[in-house]
Amino acid sequence: MTTPVEQERTQVEPVSGQERPWLTIVWNDPVNLMSYVTYVFQKVFGYSRDKATRLMLDVHHKGRAIVSSGSKDEVELHVAKLHAAGLWATMQHES
Amino acid sequence: MNGWRRRGDRLVATVDRQEAAILRGLVGQILDMLETRAAEAPEDELAELTGIRVGPPTAPEDPILSRLLPDFHRLDRASPTKQDRDSAAALRSLHEPTLLDTKTGAAAAVLVTCPPDGGTIRLTSDQAEEWLAALNDVRLALGTALDLTEDMPDELPEDDPRSTHLSVYHWLTWVQESLVAVVSA
Repeated sequence: MTTPVEQERTQVEPVSGQERPWLTIVWNDPVNLMSYVTYVFQKVFGYSRDKATRLMLDVHHKGRAIVSSGSKDEVELHVAKLHAAGLWATMQHES
Repeated sequence: MNGWRRRGDRLVATVDRQEAAILRGLVGQILDMLETRAAEAPEDELAELTGIRVGPPTAPEDPILSRLLPDFHRLDRASPTKQDRDSAAALRSLHEPTLLDTKTGAAAAVLVTCPPDGGTIRLTSDQAEEWLAALNDVRLALGTALDLTEDMPDELPEDDPRSTHLSVYHWLTWVQESLVAVVSA
């Protein structure tokens, strides 16, 4: 058994070279609907409904979730799309 | 409004005059706020020359606009690094013009498709996406104005000045939830 966060980390996109990947983080907020957040994850990332639901529940219960990772450009684009959908997303370098 | 239904390739709902007025009024206010922010973008000769638009480097002071246009890094925590602050400023300048276009486009789509006197709303899939985003923006704005938390009661005492706005907020939540359900079915 692994926690949802660990499951998520096994599915991160491979990054070329030795560079540390960037991470897309979504933070919990009291407004966004659980159904809408799940829908946005499916739409923006092409995730299955199961995976999108799992990530949404992580955001809801843990206050945040890593929803994607990759190069700076990829993650920047993900954050921009999540902002367009009204989600509270930020990016950071994997520590 | 009795919720959204799928009719062929369209998403359909009916609103009465009052519901249409509330929707259009709130979406119109968001549109005004976003357009005001867009008009504040710095004039830049280089941007005119290259066609690459730049937005302001700093977050809006207004808490509602600031929630609609978030930073790319967490800067609200104790002592963000200079690197994070500089990077967030650069990313905001780069992305905010497009984000404003997307959000004003979504708000405008609601105003085009929602009949002012009430009646039937018929949306294509693309328009439904814009409605979802615009409804979400209005709820974010109201939620911020109401200082909403997860343990806020469903109803406030009638003499609470926020009570009417909270009812509107809950109604918008229901409208959005209904649309998500039909779109993702």
